[in-house]
Amino acid sequence: MSDVHLRIDGKDVRASEGMTVLDAARGAHISIPTLCQHERLEPYGGCRICIVEAEARGQNKLVASCVHPVEADLNVRTRSDRVDRIRKTVLELLLARAPDSPQLVDLAAQYGADRDRFEKDPSFCIHCGLCVRYCNEIKKLNAVGFVDRGIRKEISFIPEIASKECNNCKECFPLCPTSYLQAAFVLLEALAFPSASPRPASGKTVA
Amino acid sequence: MTVPRLSSPEELAKLSQELSSRRDPNSPCVSICAGTGCLACGATDVVSAFKDEFEKQGLKDKVGLRSTGCHGFCERGPIVVIDPEETCYLQVAPGDVPEIASAALNENKIIDRLLYVHQVTGEKTTRESDIPFYKNQRRLVFGPNRKIDPQSIEDYIAIGGYRALVKALFEMTPEQIIAEVKEAKLRGRGGAGFLTGVKWEIARNAPGDPKYVVVNCDEGDPGAYMDRSLMEGNPHSVIEGLLIGAYAIGSQHGFVYVRQEYPLAVKNLGIALRQAEERGLLGKNILGSGFDFHVKVHRGAGAFVCGEETALILSLEGRPGEPRPRPPYPAVKGLWDKPTNINNVETWANVPLIINKGAAEFASIGTDGSKGTKIFSLVGKIANTGLVEVPMGIPLRDVVYKIGGGIPGGKKFKAMQTGGPSGGCIPEKLLDLEVGFDELTKAGSMMGSGGMIVMDEDTCMVDVARYFIEFLTEESCGKCVPCREGLRQMHRILDRITKGKGREGDIETLELLSETAQEASLCALGKTAPNPFLSTLRYFRDEYEAHIKEKRCPALSCKELIAFYIDPDRCKACLICLRKCPTNAIDGAKNKIHVIDQAKCTNCGTCLEVCPTRFAAVQKLSGVPVPPPIPEDRRMILRKSKEDERRPSAD
Repeated sequence: MSDVHLRIDGKDVRASEGMTVLDAARGAHISIPTLCQHERLEPYGGCRICIVEAEARGQNKLVASCVHPVEADLNVRTRSDRVDRIRKTVLELLLARAPDSPQLVDLAAQYGADRDRFEKDPSFCIHCGLCVRYCNEIKKLNAVGFVDRGIRKEISFIPEIASKECNNCKECFPLCPTSYLQAAFVLLEALAFPSASPRPASGKTVA
Repeated sequence: MTVPRLSSPEELAKLSQELSSRRDPNSPCVSICAGTGCLACGATDVVSAFKDEFEKQGLKDKVGLRSTGCHGFCERGPIVVIDPEETCYLQVAPGDVPEIASAALNENKIIDRLLYVHQVTGEKTTRESDIPFYKNQRRLVFGPNRKIDPQSIEDYIAIGGYRALVKALFEMTPEQIIAEVKEAKLRGRGGAGFLTGVKWEIARNAPGDPKYVVVNCDEGDPGAYMDRSLMEGNPHSVIEGLLIGAYAIGSQHGFVYVRQEYPLAVKNLGIALRQAEERGLLGKNILGSGFDFHVKVHRGAGAFVCGEETALILSLEGRPGEPRPRPPYPAVKGLWDKPTNINNVETWANVPLIINKGAAEFASIGTDGSKGTKIFSLVGKIANTGLVEVPMGIPLRDVVYKIGGGIPGGKKFKAMQTGGPSGGCIPEKLLDLEVGFDELTKAGSMMGSGGMIVMDEDTCMVDVARYFIEFLTEESCGKCVPCREGLRQMHRILDRITKGKGREGDIETLELLSETAQEASLCALGKTAPNPFLSTLRYFRDEYEAHIKEKRCPALSCKELIAFYIDPDRCKACLICLRKCPTNAIDGAKNKIHVIDQAKCTNCGTCLEVCPTRFAAVQKLSGVPVPPPIPEDRRMILRKSKEDERRPSAD
């Protein structure tokens, strides 16, 4: 792999071909916020919070750093009025869905995002797809997937697989930026395979 | 029946000559448009009526009969054209057929009542090409539709089909073909307008094997159907273009991604592919050139976003149709990570034209940045609805008035929406704008795939923006936040504004959401989605302000911002509206002035429609309070008829 020289926030950064701007920035200890990115997963480019300004060949455009490949002489700015304004709007849009997600609340404080900017429509899931992709790419189990399409898309455990695999794994739970994934699992468990993890009946103490 | 396989260019030339000599240009032939539009108007019955009638009158061997693809003048279908005189009959019913068959063909008589009548001058036109709708067009790509039966490869070969393929395979190198297409400056007709030759070159030079070529026939814009009509009416022109492109790029595998909702296109394409293969124009060693090429048809399930090339690729691979980030571009890394060249149906159909006539002739039509012709579907509040092919550079005004015949019902033109749902609205003051990729983009709209929706003074531009944003919200694939969440919020706000619940600051919020979607969305759907809002705001800001500040809809269109009111001075108590009102909201009686009970009224507008124009008593109001109903004791009308004179009224 050949070396690629680029500039990020005024700093000369050396990266290798095939890396993303986000990789290069992190390698140079420059932080860029992300929501749908995970080091062990293929870049997804869904949340768009990692957007940065990238200037190449006289053109300055906004790109998602998690998927944009590095190229020679690229001049990247990870913060600017434009970048911050868009990150703030993206956060406000997501806060309408998951108003109490700790990760979102933290970022909102950094970018001055107003959690009440848009009409609330809590679905809790922010469609980062971490659970779905982790289960597919790392565990190769596909116990959780997306169902439906577009604005009606949601995550769903597949009962036939989840009843066998999930109790022993649950590796996706800590990835979820909201508590939706666990809630979805508990609901599915109660409805589809209640015997898999017996719970004490009410009024009785656990032996 | 097996047909002889053509194994050399000479054999094709011989067949072409044979077939065209059989088509005597002076012998009569009836062409019936059997495109989807005309079929919906009953063209099937017209075709069978002609068959029966020819049998009955013994015309079968004397007169040709041909079901063709779409002629374009869909407003007046079913269309029947009789050659060689080109006599054009519109809105033909099976009952008209015996008369057409005997009079027109035996005695060469014209049937007056079926001719085109100019809506203003009342002048009648006999020849198809003299009808103003056709006269001002330039039908290079779409023209052959009229001359061939799309289910017959012989028809296509007879008019010179596959000649460009021969030229490409035997007289040109792949590099020369690419150079020719580059010189023609052909730009993608699917929307983005990227230079086709450049795209081909990238795919040719990209490392990787095999390479793929794809026809994008996933036309999803509401009201647009030019790709469908081309695929239905002249599938071989698309296949020929694809073959030439594949040879130039170095690909042996092609896919046609066509919507399942286009059954006739799927059918005619399938027939065309089979016939081409039987004739040796597809498959192994095409015409003895050593070039192999195979095509598979993939039927799309109707997701608008699958017209986006990266989503289309995923869908072809059998995965959910969601766009993926570019770069890498499909030309470098596309289908199954191999170099893939995707072009729109119309782009492919332009290729044989360029090869046959040469880049210079092609590039002589159009503007600096946009060459050749473009097919548009002209719909909405326009007299002549249909498909029109015009040279690039034609002023929009000519499309609306010369070809489209203007706005029906004496209404005023307000705007033209171009470029599909994520295009923009062009106001009256810009009607002299020349049609071209860059010109339309500069005006805040876009070429898109070629939709043109005409709107008149009764159209509310805020509501138009709301409608298109709603469409795009529904069609968002849901992957990225600016599109999925941003459009949803935009739709909510626009919906609120049209319902009279707009707030101070809404415009600014919409602008911010637009910026976020434009700048940060993953694919072109999200990046262009705010156009309907931004362009209407740019040219019709006063309408937004009237809705928000005065709760008034200037076009008197938004249901929740209007009220219907009967002017007591004009009401003649005729009972018509009272009887037609579906909610019984109108109080009154014979000789008693009618009054609308606003609490019961649902603003359906029936009363306005049925009130006789000589009274014109019903009014639409917006932004002003409805006057209180006149007091009960003043509602009686005193008629001065003879009877009334004899018998004094109660008061």
